[in-house]
Amino acid sequence: MASSATPKYNSNSLESSSSKRALKDGTNWEQNEEIPRLPGETRVTDKEVIYMCPFNGPVKGRVYITNYRLYLRSVENDPVVVLNVPLGVISRIEKMGGASSRGENSYGLDITCKDMRNLRFALKQEGHSRRDIFEVLTKYAFPQSHNLLFFAFVNEEKFSENGWMVYNPMSEYRRQGLPNERWRVTFINEHYGLCDTYPSLLVVPYHATDDDLKKVASFRSRNRIPVLSWIHPETQAVIMRCSQPLVGMSGKRNKDDERYLDIIREANGQISKLTIYDARPNVNAVANKATGGGYEGEDAYPNAELFFLDIHNIHVMRESLKKLKDIVYPNVEESHWLSSLESTHWLEHIKLVLTGAIQVADKVSSGRSSVLVHCSDGWDRTAQLTSLAMLMLDSYYRTIEGFEVLVQKEWISFGHKFASRIGHGDKNHADADRSPIFLQFIDCVWQMSKQFPTAFEFNEQFLITILDHLYSCRFGTFLYNSESLREKEKVTEKTLSLWSLINSDKSKYTNPFYTKELNRALYPVASMRHLELWVSYYIRWNPRIRQQQPNPVEQRYMELLALRDDYMRRLEELQITNNSKISNSSASAASPSQMMSQVQTHF
Amino acid sequence: FSLQEILIKEPIEKEVSLRLLPGELLLCEANTVYKYMPEDGSNRGTYGKLVCTNFKISFLDDDSTSDDNEPQFKNKIVGENDITLQCVDQIYGVFDEKKKLLTGQLRKYPEILIIYCKDLRVCHFCLRYTKEEEVKRIVSGIVHHSQTPKLLKRLFLFSYASAAPNNTDGRNQTVMFDTLEDWRDELERTKGNVKYKVVTINEDYRVSEKLPLYFVVPICVSEESILKYEGRGIPIWCWSCHNGAALLKMSAFPKEQDDSTSQMQKAFLDGIYKTISKPPYELLKTDDLSSSLPSLQEIQTAYTKFKQLFWIDNGTDFWATDVKWFSLLESTNWLEIIRRVLKKAIEVVECLERQNTNVLLIEESATDMCCVISSLVQVMMDSYSRTKSGFQSLIQKEWVVGGHSFLDRCNHLHRSDKEEAPVFLLLLNCVWQLVQQYPPAFEFTETYLTVLSDSLYVPTFSTFFFNSQHQKDNSMSDESFRTQSGPFRFLTVWDWSVQFDPKAQAFLNNPLYAEKPKPDKSQRKTARFKHQRQLSLPLTQTKSSTKRGFFREETDHLIKNILGKRIGKLINSSDEPPNSFREFYDSWHSKPVDYHGLLLPRIEGPEIKVWAQRYLRWIPEAQLHGGGTIATAAKILDLMEEVQSLQAKLDEEHSQAISGDVHSVPLLRNSSRLSSLFPFALLQRQSLKPALPTSTWKDLEDEEDLVKRDDEFVDLS
Repeated sequence: MASSATPKYNSNSLESSSSKRALKDGTNWEQNEEIPRLPGETRVTDKEVIYMCPFNGPVKGRVYITNYRLYLRSVENDPVVVLNVPLGVISRIEKMGGASSRGENSYGLDITCKDMRNLRFALKQEGHSRRDIFEVLTKYAFPQSHNLLFFAFVNEEKFSENGWMVYNPMSEYRRQGLPNERWRVTFINEHYGLCDTYPSLLVVPYHATDDDLKKVASFRSRNRIPVLSWIHPETQAVIMRCSQPLVGMSGKRNKDDERYLDIIREANGQISKLTIYDARPNVNAVANKATGGGYEGEDAYPNAELFFLDIHNIHVMRESLKKLKDIVYPNVEESHWLSSLESTHWLEHIKLVLTGAIQVADKVSSGRSSVLVHCSDGWDRTAQLTSLAMLMLDSYYRTIEGFEVLVQKEWISFGHKFASRIGHGDKNHADADRSPIFLQFIDCVWQMSKQFPTAFEFNEQFLITILDHLYSCRFGTFLYNSESLREKEKVTEKTLSLWSLINSDKSKYTNPFYTKELNRALYPVASMRHLELWVSYYIRWNPRIRQQQPNPVEQRYMELLALRDDYMRRLEELQITNNSKISNSSASAASPSQMMSQVQTHF
Repeated sequence: FSLQEILIKEPIEKEVSLRLLPGELLLCEANTVYKYMPEDGSNRGTYGKLVCTNFKISFLDDDSTSDDNEPQFKNKIVGENDITLQCVDQIYGVFDEKKKLLTGQLRKYPEILIIYCKDLRVCHFCLRYTKEEEVKRIVSGIVHHSQTPKLLKRLFLFSYASAAPNNTDGRNQTVMFDTLEDWRDELERTKGNVKYKVVTINEDYRVSEKLPLYFVVPICVSEESILKYEGRGIPIWCWSCHNGAALLKMSAFPKEQDDSTSQMQKAFLDGIYKTISKPPYELLKTDDLSSSLPSLQEIQTAYTKFKQLFWIDNGTDFWATDVKWFSLLESTNWLEIIRRVLKKAIEVVECLERQNTNVLLIEESATDMCCVISSLVQVMMDSYSRTKSGFQSLIQKEWVVGGHSFLDRCNHLHRSDKEEAPVFLLLLNCVWQLVQQYPPAFEFTETYLTVLSDSLYVPTFSTFFFNSQHQKDNSMSDESFRTQSGPFRFLTVWDWSVQFDPKAQAFLNNPLYAEKPKPDKSQRKTARFKHQRQLSLPLTQTKSSTKRGFFREETDHLIKNILGKRIGKLINSSDEPPNSFREFYDSWHSKPVDYHGLLLPRIEGPEIKVWAQRYLRWIPEAQLHGGGTIATAAKILDLMEEVQSLQAKLDEEHSQAISGDVHSVPLLRNSSRLSSLFPFALLQRQSLKPALPTSTWKDLEDEEDLVKRDDEFVDLS
């Protein structure tokens, strides 16, 4: 039987209980063994199914559905096969086969997930056994389409840390040394009156009045005016973010916008030009004129230099990920792996995003010039570029808390449309708004952490956990499209933050090799020679592609750390004893040779 | 690039002394040569003297004499600016901005000399400011001495051996396999001595000049039969596995036109197979490697394409090839060859380990792919081969003494390009895959493998400069090579102190390696039992044998023809279930790894990687400042030094010694500042400017419609 061939392996934070063994007698385990349940999680239904595992073949089991997850436990396999899938990761549920379908296991459900896997369950044909489960699943997987609450709103978990306290915009700007004599904090957007997709608190040039800001807003797509993201502590050059100017076919100009950009340019006291990075390919920027958008023309902005970064739109990225899934799930392309990988363009997109971010960072750092970054609306590619550039320039963002702040600030507060891009609880799986922009950003971060294994306080597990809960809907962190909507839904009051989970158990997400280094710019090499597919994320469901867990190098290092601490403790003890009874001969304590044998090292 | 861009700085002709090795002679030299690194915009470099000796091409500049930037990792024989003559792969000249390959006779002399090295360096020498006659002398000298056919005795090896004081004791733990004892010990170590014996019949190379002085055959094989076809058709023992199954190799008969001869050979083989297929011998599986693995020609073609990808002329070149990097890599086929070879090795392991059958590898000479597969099998199955001395002994056994034609395969003498094939490099590339997949399992590091691969081109050691043991012995006894002090001895590459001082040698040792715990006798039994249990798997029933097994049908067919029905059946009965390879592989990978037990490489596409350290180490654009695997490795080394000094302090406290300062190991590394190119190419690129791709994008032809769309269509006007 194929089922016994490949025992389940997992490196996934969501499947923590899969190694659990079934009870020996196996008779009444249903009653005795609880399925994992979070506080606030309620059981809805369960059913006998056959899980059509693409790696192990059909697995007979029972599936439990709660308001949070789908949980399957096999009944015959040893070790037990377990599936633990938050309903939030489901993007699509389809019926396969009909009542009259012939053939073994041809009748059932096909579930497409957002996290690079598909699940297929076969059910008994008699008695419409499929209908109930289909309806229950659809209802709880797509609560938004059924007027139900996200699980985050009924989750009653308790954590020792409160993740909502991690990000406070005022203290983050203060950390950057803001406000100062050239930059001020404005509350003009307190009630989201200026821009409903921006946060309430913004940092703008000291010499621009709130009135100026309103005028500029009229010339920027969706009123997303240029505001400060980050300031270089030495050069005082800044990273600004915004949306495209509303130039249109007629090539409209706006004096206020032009003056505003000049104020930004002058703010760091350099006479150099202001650098504008338009994340889009040149042609797309031009094409945007037809719908009223566009880019800063040379005539209107003589003191600015414009570069296009050639990063493609959300649709191209979505297609690219789809192609990637095709070559890694369920089976990894065997014979032409490299060219298949290349044909997905996934890493090429990663390369372009990183290249863009490096340019932004380098301009601010060694070019000592302020930069303005935008794409069309300034909530997708722009967020990727500013946050990655900030990660390269500011070592604070490479810590666990700093990274949480970065995500909270550049992505969540500045209106990356998480709800639209992920489609939380939405049954419209084919919506054109879906796109893996945030995943792409996390992938870029992973590439950087891979290239610089000692530069980040967090480990791979941290990044995977973030991605898992990007979909799970267990936390309020990534729900909704903007700060104003989150405020309306009272997200911080009614839900928990993902950072609560992480910060309450930090050691799990800590990279032991982390070496704190202040103010060192970290430039990854955006070359295909160094970029690699993030196998332990994209191919983690495949038991054949196995990551060694725990990482042996890491393990060895941890052992040595423990040994060092032990020696230091002993040394301290010994020194005390030796000092106290200096004339006495030593009696106790382990012999040194015994200790020597513990380090089997050679140089 | 234009020569005008070269920064013309006043050449300072300081007399820089050339360091010569014993027996090394200066052949020609040229002054005012500008060595530079072509970078975008500027061609940074230095003036100096270019010399060619009978050992190396060397560039001497004033910078190289300043000792304040002494690298931590220095080769004592080959300096940073030295290229041994054997390390030169191709030489190009630039004439009026055009690159031309230089071989043999030259009519015109180039303005720039570009030397592409076998260790993947690319060196640019501008000769524009050099006197014409010096250009002529140096260019033709370099081309002549590095690119034209040579006599064996003209190798630097001989002048070095006769001039060098023989003061290295040459003693290390490497088993050289040049004595009867060595073979007996190996038989005993692997418990192969019950069924196999060492034969001395070749002591005066009576059997064959390709075979070593001593080798091991099944006890039942007679001396007569060994002599009959010069050792062809004789199963030669490589290694015995813990369950008694043995890995054997055999030199095949060449294709015979003559019917009666081939009939006789068939009958001979039939007899051999009969004797070694019956008890006490295990069932026998044969594998004709010449048909089941890529040919040497394919391997050579693949590697030739592959190495081109890493000879980067300049930054523009680097980024231009970056866009299509993966398909370029794939088109070389080199990684696929590595994958196939690893897969074959796993197949052999499966037969030995799980099916308990003997495996006989067959190849025309049994000295190329046989060496690769048998070495890999031993590295995977025998944890001794994963120690430094074990690995070195293995290379001695299978390759050096085993008769791999290093001289021809590396084309050291430029005698015949047809014979060239990077077979040994292929092994190192495969072993590297294992090293990077299972870092704690090896006593040596990837740096060890890299310097070992570099040593292929350093002719101070005899190890890689003979085709066979016979050739070496013959050269040694040659009267003309006798020195006044008597017959000389060659150095072996395994004496690493010749190339590296102890500090540098530390980089060859893996700090993650945990030595095999030495269990006492009672423990050993249980450990052994556990080992076997872990490896033995339930044999699944064969559903059908329609699918082919993993040894080629042709081979099975051949054997059946040769052996006739009785033996054929015997072979048949061991037919493995069709998916047993997959099952064996999956099952092993589903269990926790025992770093001292069996080790199987993962061979899925994403798992086979480019040996970045060897291939990217000289490319400034690929450098990561403060990054790469060296960053973590250096942290581990630092911590280990700290632990050791703590240990020393503890001991001191225990012994109540009253001494103020315990000698502490100076922490030399600053891990965050090391470059990923470390320990190679230390001073290549110091600017902290990020490397920016100059060409980034290729068209998404197939997605035109998507590309043109906007993120969200909203009319803003």
